[in-house]
Amino acid sequence: MVTNGRSGKEVVIAVRDVVVGFGEANVLNHLDLDVYRGEVLGFVGGSGAGKSVLMRTIIGLLPKRHGKIEVFGVDMDAASDKERQAVERRWGVLFQQGALFSSLTVKENVQFPVREYLKLSQRLLDELAVAKLEMVGLSADVQDKFPSELSGGMTKRVALARALALDPEIVFLDEPTSGLDPIGAGDFDSLIATLQRTLGLTVFMVTHDLDSLYTVCDRIAVLADGKVIAQGTMETMLASEHPWLRAYFHGKRARSLDRNAAAAHA
Amino acid sequence: MTATLLESTTEGERLRLAAAGAWTAQHARVIEKLIDTQTGKREAIRSVVVDAGGIEKLDTFGAWLLERLVRAWKAHGCETAIVGLAETYRGLMDEVRTVPENAPDQRRHRGEIVHTVIAVGRTMVKALDSLVSSANMIGAVSIALLRVLVRPRRFRLTAMVHHLENVGWRAVPIILLITFLIGCIIAQQGIFHFRKFGADVYVVDMVGILVLREIGVLIVSIMVAGRSGSAYTAELGSMKMREEIDALRTMGFDPVEVLILPRILALIIGVPILTFLGSIAALYGGGLVAWFYGGIDPEIFLGRLKEAISLQTFEVGMIKAPFMALVIGIVACVQGLKVKGSAESLGLQTTASVVESIFLVIVLDGLFAIFFASIGM
Repeated sequence: MVTNGRSGKEVVIAVRDVVVGFGEANVLNHLDLDVYRGEVLGFVGGSGAGKSVLMRTIIGLLPKRHGKIEVFGVDMDAASDKERQAVERRWGVLFQQGALFSSLTVKENVQFPVREYLKLSQRLLDELAVAKLEMVGLSADVQDKFPSELSGGMTKRVALARALALDPEIVFLDEPTSGLDPIGAGDFDSLIATLQRTLGLTVFMVTHDLDSLYTVCDRIAVLADGKVIAQGTMETMLASEHPWLRAYFHGKRARSLDRNAAAAHA
Repeated sequence: MTATLLESTTEGERLRLAAAGAWTAQHARVIEKLIDTQTGKREAIRSVVVDAGGIEKLDTFGAWLLERLVRAWKAHGCETAIVGLAETYRGLMDEVRTVPENAPDQRRHRGEIVHTVIAVGRTMVKALDSLVSSANMIGAVSIALLRVLVRPRRFRLTAMVHHLENVGWRAVPIILLITFLIGCIIAQQGIFHFRKFGADVYVVDMVGILVLREIGVLIVSIMVAGRSGSAYTAELGSMKMREEIDALRTMGFDPVEVLILPRILALIIGVPILTFLGSIAALYGGGLVAWFYGGIDPEIFLGRLKEAISLQTFEVGMIKAPFMALVIGIVACVQGLKVKGSAESLGLQTTASVVESIFLVIVLDGLFAIFFASIGM
């Protein structure tokens, strides 16, 4: 497995020189990015900058024009179908709108990947569904509801439970807190942090939520002009002189964050 | 491998279970069986110690199974303890410990006969319900129509023309093709069988009356129900799913006036035109087959046709067309608005829309037949 010589940490996702485009324009332009085992990486950038595009490219939903992506040291282009499937079993994806299967109940949604991949007894499947729902903070009485009967926050939690169903090592989260109220978003952040600690997850989080970045992310990568223009901890971001970073982290919406940072420093 | 996952040693009233290896999703099936055989033992055991020191890897699957093992023994009134679990998995075990016992399946199981009775009852209520909602929709559309008649500027002409293009103009090729073929087939079958008793020429009467009175309008209505009725249901249904209809309502627009009236009017205008074109195409097909297959010259065919049919025959077919259109439109819109949040319900309602409108079109045709017979048309 690839390790980074400089830091000695294990690299679980290595993105090298990746170009992705639609029509004439290239959204991602020779982009490089490393994600280390056990970290929570916050991936930020302006709307339309291509954050979700990178995520979808890594998980293989979008084709790339150039470059290489390795997950767990497996080159996703060179891998056989079997190797690909083995890697896919080791990650979970939380889509922005939840992407729950609308004709299955909550319980069936959570059981779906488990049922398909492992031959377990119905009793164990049912117990595990309850356990997973409990882990994401939902009580067992939502299990027989259909996705259309859930609120936005519950949908995200169920989607997270489904993403975690196979105990993945990497979880991709596409704007997990968008559309949630501040309390719900805060709960979701601490939920991700707790799960990350207990399950030892690596989290790749596309987000706009400055509070999430501040509270749960170990490292932040910033996307602009199709490249990662900066990466590092929140302190590095706040100290940066780059105009876009200054506008993002010191803008009007970020004032409370500044205060927090000031308090932390004092 | 499986042998080492869980091993037991009994020391008098004490059961010692040694868990080892990878307690992960991969082995969950095997571990579950091991646990069930362990908890199945009914010996005089007072306390159970689970030695988890050998566990190399633990995920939520393994953690839950460990917890289930402990709970099963606790339920027997034994003292249980887990010892030697690696510190890194402590958080995971704590998480699993809070999971409540799985509630028993709350759905009540009823007998076969009761089930059938319930299903029949539900279907009847649904049928009644759809009758009521159709009546409701006719009322709402009528009111919207009256409002539009009072203030013609409120009418959405552009929308109606757009729908007319979709249900009318774009349907012309397929309608012409299908009705042409039906005309050919009727003529061919007629000639084949009439020839046996030398009545070939009466095939012209049959084709003319059958096509103009019944087949033309029926085929067109069934085609339109499948082609445009389903499209209406799917369009309105997905608008309902994405709350577009609620959005319209909150802005002070009446969805019936904005979405449904233009659609239904487009059908009422489009279906008679298609019926006319379809009937002509069927007659043309019948004429061609009569000429080439039956040896009936076009001149004879036309002369015979003039005698066989009157304007009334044509009228009977055309009068039915707008009513067929109304039925298709109302059913499609009612079903569209019944769609709930899921993709499955969209599929169900679209199917229901097509089935119900084809059924009603045929029933209506039967009623018209009785009506026209009794007034002597």
